[in-house]
Amino acid sequence: MMNLTRRSALAGVAAVAASTGLAACATAGGGDDDKVKQGDTSAENPLGVSADAALEVVIFKGGYGDQYAIDAGTSLKQKFPKVAVDHKGIQGVGEVLQPRFVADSPPDVVDNSGAGRLDLATLVSAGKLTDLTSLLDAPSLDDPGKKFRDTLMPGVIEDGTFDGKPLVLNYSSVLWGVWYSKSLFAKHGWVFPKTWDEMLTLNDEIKKAGLAPWTWQGKYPEYLNDPLMSLAAKAGGFDLVKSIDNLQPGAWQSPAVLAAAEAIYQLGARGHILAGSEGLSHTEAQNAWCKGQVAFIPCGSWLEGEQQAVTPAGFDMVMGTVPALTGSDKLPNGAVMAASSESFIVPAKAKNVPGGLEFLRHLFSQKVARGFAESAKALPVVTGATDGLTLSSGLGSVAEAVKAAGPNVFSYKFRTWYAPLSKALDDATGELATKRINPQQWAERVQKAADAVAKDSSIVKHQR
Amino acid sequence: MRHGKYRFLAGALIVPLTLYGVFVLSPYLQAFQLAFTDWNGVSDQPRSVGFGNFARLWDDPLFLAGLRNNGLMLLVVPLAVIALALALAAGTKGTRVYRVVYFFPQLLSVAIIAVLWQFVYTPNSGLLNGALSAVGLDSWRRSWLAEPDLALWSVMAVMIWSSVGFYVVLFSAAMESVPDDIMEAAAIDGAGPVTVFRRITLPLIWESVQVGWIYLGIAALDGFALVQIMTVGPGGPDNSTEVMGLGLYRTAFTFGKFGYASAMGVAIFFLTLSIAVLLLRVTKRERVELA
Repeated sequence: MMNLTRRSALAGVAAVAASTGLAACATAGGGDDDKVKQGDTSAENPLGVSADAALEVVIFKGGYGDQYAIDAGTSLKQKFPKVAVDHKGIQGVGEVLQPRFVADSPPDVVDNSGAGRLDLATLVSAGKLTDLTSLLDAPSLDDPGKKFRDTLMPGVIEDGTFDGKPLVLNYSSVLWGVWYSKSLFAKHGWVFPKTWDEMLTLNDEIKKAGLAPWTWQGKYPEYLNDPLMSLAAKAGGFDLVKSIDNLQPGAWQSPAVLAAAEAIYQLGARGHILAGSEGLSHTEAQNAWCKGQVAFIPCGSWLEGEQQAVTPAGFDMVMGTVPALTGSDKLPNGAVMAASSESFIVPAKAKNVPGGLEFLRHLFSQKVARGFAESAKALPVVTGATDGLTLSSGLGSVAEAVKAAGPNVFSYKFRTWYAPLSKALDDATGELATKRINPQQWAERVQKAADAVAKDSSIVKHQR
Repeated sequence: MRHGKYRFLAGALIVPLTLYGVFVLSPYLQAFQLAFTDWNGVSDQPRSVGFGNFARLWDDPLFLAGLRNNGLMLLVVPLAVIALALALAAGTKGTRVYRVVYFFPQLLSVAIIAVLWQFVYTPNSGLLNGALSAVGLDSWRRSWLAEPDLALWSVMAVMIWSSVGFYVVLFSAAMESVPDDIMEAAAIDGAGPVTVFRRITLPLIWESVQVGWIYLGIAALDGFALVQIMTVGPGGPDNSTEVMGLGLYRTAFTFGKFGYASAMGVAIFFLTLSIAVLLLRVTKRERVELA
């Protein structure tokens, strides 16, 4: 070790400097001369797919598998037998595709999902995505009289719209609510509450029965933000959702948001949360709930699939929509936070853009979507795709919730748009649930973070 | 003939040097270059922002939290590990069985260590709380990783646990090379075990201890893997276990600011380099030559 002197360190630095020729390749771009031209359009071929161009499809093969995308490829090949579909089901989409986006030689369709996906906001602001308007206005595959856009559930197109441009189409519909076991509730004669006051009263009753009323996935505080932000949206309506997403000054300190924070704070303050929940991973918290130690857990509609292996027979989990916050909520009871996941994109620099769009037209067809519901046990965003299917208890309750909500479906965009704000919100909510800060301090902290994002010129802003 | 030797050397070195250049030097250089841009990870036209990224570091609360926590780790971890390792090495002289046991954590990958300890610390069914209850210390039960005052110490405990074994083996080997006659001479002169250790053993194995300081100093500036896997958030609760490496990772892969993240990397690079040089300086002593 004595030999490592300042001189040899400097020599090392000099050697590094001498080889600067190696630098400057992470960001080098490429050309797009070999693009497939759009072919002639017709009623049969509204997007102008050229009949013999290759099509490269990269799918995130996670909890939902990739069978549905293979089905879509098969469906496309029935119509265009000469198109060679190169299907790749992978994990770690970001790691694999980042260099290809940088080099401007991306695949033609990407399911940008799963941990390690590429940051959508970044892709959008870098102009790396194709505008999907022509696909949305094309006739749907199943009914030429119906436009593609009219076959999707409400909110799906909006979910993938950035500054007025539809750039992303999500495939799976996710709803957030509060889950409970139907059989457990029947046994005790409990009824899922309609308002937050009823929730707190029921919690006291549950406590008396020797159960913990609530638990949450404390290691990942965002899970508790879903009921909190749902309560706020219900009380404050769509205007409030927009004001939050648009980073309006004081939005986080508005009465509706404060009341929602107070509601969640009360769970902690009244001892309604299973002790130690703040240190539990999602698996640990969800398993405690599945064992019947806890009555409620907040989660998205993937919970049933995720817990499949450990859910006891006859547990009959169902998702209830988050109760109303006050008697004078702006949104009706049944309004629900919903978003879609499995983000499908057609890169702007894809070689075969028309082919990529046509692939999506097949992917979002009734037949493929039905197969998705059956194989992935999740709700596809294609309306009517699950009609007539026998759904499991959880997925059935989710489908019910969609019907009951009607047009009253809301979702926040700031999570995708402003990751630093999400992080600040998660931290603050973790502190709120453990009573280390009170609702006023919570609102102050999050507002400060929102103001910081609004001021930061290095973050691209969006409006809705 | 000499000519042939150089040709042989060059031929033998060209492959490793090329690999090193492409996979080690070139990413380093690119990070230095990207640190001065606003590259978002996918754009092909990063704009230069001069020293803007470095200026940002000074009022980025997350980076400062990381700096503070890494600083605390730098004060605690090397000292604790070296003290423990010296004590264990001195205490188990000649009994190899213990050394194998101490070395055990070294065989596990850091990801496995983190997952194991997460189970130890988990509040309701965890080993630690269970053990406390078993000996009647129910009031000591805690959410170890979910309380801001305890979380970083819990992570540091794992760091210490997982690295002590290596240094026990390192120091034991060094101690065995200390000639017995010196020890005996000291004992005859009436030196007790503590004096022998302080005056004889420690100076004679100082070079190994110095290596330990530097390695542990560098390790204390990292901590990314343990924090990422074990802690709430990760980095929480409320950034109490935030480390610089985690901040860098989040800035790049969650916030999509690869330019700014590269600036963090460059800052960490120089910080680590300075601390290594500093530790070399302050731990410098006269080298004792053993005949």
